[in-house]
Amino acid sequence: MDRRTFFKSSLAGGAALAVGAASCPAQARGTNTLPPEALGLLFDSTLCVGCKACVAACKEVNGMPVENFTKDAYWDTPLDLSGKTLNVIKVYRDGDMAAKDREENGFAFIKKSCMHCVDPSCVSACPVSAMRKDAKTGIVTYDKDACIGCRYCVAACPFGVPRFTYDSATPQISKCQLCVHRHKDGKYAACAEVCPTGATLYGTVADIRKEIARRRALKPGEQTSFPRGKLGGKDQSYPGVAAKYIDHVYGETEFGGTQMMMLSGVSFQKLGYSNLPPNSDAASSETLQHTLYGGLIAPIVVLGALTFIAKRNVKPDNEEGGNHG
Amino acid sequence: MEDMSEIRIEEATRAAATVASRLGINRREFLQFCAATATTLGLPAGAEAAIAEAVEKAKRPSVIWLHFQECTGCTESLLRAEHPTLDKLILDVISLDYHETLMAAAGHQAEAARKAAMAANKGKYILVVEGAIPVAQNGIYCKVGGQTAVDMLKECAADAAAVIAIGSCSSWGGMPSTDPNPTGSSSAADILGKTVVTIPGCPPNPYNFLATAVHFLTFGKLPEVDELGRPKFAYGRIIHEHCERRAHFDAGRFAHEFGDEGHRMGYCLYKLGCKGPETHANCSTIGFGDIGEASWPVACGHPCIGCTEKGVGFIKPIHATAQLKGMSPPASYPGVVEQQGKTSFASAAALAAIAGAAAGAAAMLAKNLGKQDEAQAQQKGE
Repeated sequence: MDRRTFFKSSLAGGAALAVGAASCPAQARGTNTLPPEALGLLFDSTLCVGCKACVAACKEVNGMPVENFTKDAYWDTPLDLSGKTLNVIKVYRDGDMAAKDREENGFAFIKKSCMHCVDPSCVSACPVSAMRKDAKTGIVTYDKDACIGCRYCVAACPFGVPRFTYDSATPQISKCQLCVHRHKDGKYAACAEVCPTGATLYGTVADIRKEIARRRALKPGEQTSFPRGKLGGKDQSYPGVAAKYIDHVYGETEFGGTQMMMLSGVSFQKLGYSNLPPNSDAASSETLQHTLYGGLIAPIVVLGALTFIAKRNVKPDNEEGGNHG
Repeated sequence: MEDMSEIRIEEATRAAATVASRLGINRREFLQFCAATATTLGLPAGAEAAIAEAVEKAKRPSVIWLHFQECTGCTESLLRAEHPTLDKLILDVISLDYHETLMAAAGHQAEAARKAAMAANKGKYILVVEGAIPVAQNGIYCKVGGQTAVDMLKECAADAAAVIAIGSCSSWGGMPSTDPNPTGSSSAADILGKTVVTIPGCPPNPYNFLATAVHFLTFGKLPEVDELGRPKFAYGRIIHEHCERRAHFDAGRFAHEFGDEGHRMGYCLYKLGCKGPETHANCSTIGFGDIGEASWPVACGHPCIGCTEKGVGFIKPIHATAQLKGMSPPASYPGVVEQQGKTSFASAAALAAIAGAAAGAAAMLAKNLGKQDEAQAQQKGE
């Protein structure tokens, strides 16, 4: 093949690639949308009193071990999500911490657990479908029998949720699965079930959105009632006073939306939740990957080019008189 | 020091003997009362001797006890204090000159006794107010001997050495003042326009009242109070701070409904509406009455209703969850960004050594590969 033929074939390959990319536009996908019966959580930071009942209950129902980081080691005191902790309450502290839900000289509690993204990066990154998103409820589940331990999900999650049990001989990923194992008994997420103030609520995303809209419409200081446990479940509501919320519902649009949504009186950046774009990484990376590898055209072209270069640079053995040293 | 305390003990013993004979109680019971009172007040060791001495030596101060809009629960609870049988002590340590529930006199005779005591002890008597004072329609909703509560309180307070409001009603309005408050129930402080010592509670712990009275007797002045007139020794802290169930709160263990497993296990009652986290009182430290720690609501398994706290008791629904007052998050709680582990010098050095070794090995490998090629070429050339 001479130089001329090489350019010809390259051009032909490029054209084929362009045609291929154009002929399969289905590969370029947008951010996924909410499943029909999506379930989720609502965390209202202004209602949280930091009792950590949710942390304790989560450990109990999921059979997770205790973690001690304090000197006296009285109680379970996880510092962050880990292979042993699926849900943790953290504190934002500033100055003298005189008032709750205040950015300056105040404090606020924040829950950290799986957000159950509408378009989860972990599911997209998982090479073996160990991470799955339920088509109906949208709960992101993990199958330890399918997992190969690559930890792509750990790297892919923008919230740092999936954790790997490094200290185990048979390690696995640990993450909140919204107590899906309790659903068959008619129970729901333990964190919401035990929350004394209804700071964590369980329910369908549709109900959660309605509740969020209701709370945001209240005037701060107005008398209202707050549900507890499960939205649409047994009435456990109690009278309370509406809080002053910031104008941001975390999880409404972040990364294509999440099924756990949050309200707060303090900006979410202060609470450790960064600003994220409205489209998911899963959508962009899958579009890129599926375009590059669509119909295997690009790889074939590249392989062709590489073969040509290799062929051109290798002198046939017989030119050296078949002398195999 | 030793001599001093010995003298004190001797004095106390002598005083105790005197009082004991006067009250018809034994010395041991009397000293127990003094010690208990000193403890309630948070006084240092040895103070019980001073109290015993004061109770023995001081002239019994005249006490005038007024009843307005109330249920007499404060008096009833006080009568059930038993360190020792306080009915004796209250009649003998203090001179209770007017008390509608306890006095033998009735009608005009009773009112005459009050006026006589006020005249005889002008500027020296202690005025105790039990019950709220109605002010609507010129105070016609509560009259004693034809005199409205407002007038009676003002008349008695004018020449009193100290005014003590006992119970939530006289302290801040209490139950009679709940919305819509048709009678215009007001606290003693509101009527008198000055801060009075308040012993809120429904009923208040009798020892908080007795300790306040004995403090006055012993030191000649009322104990230190906060901005609401509450003695700091009793109302300086929030119930939640010393609650026997606090450990359950911190560990996230709650009773979710009455009679459930958590409730039977004695878990925290916060979810059932316990007002401990927003109520100032010492119930969680001294219990109630004399039957020990099992005697206050939380110990019995019922959430605190916040009876001592204005704006909480009788105002907030009993099972509404409380606000957490004055509580900043414990230090053991993780911050938003939590540093986990530190890079020690040793580990950094080890990592650098590994990296260095790897780089060296790679360089050597490349060098040797070149040599190998050269060797091969030489071989071919031969």
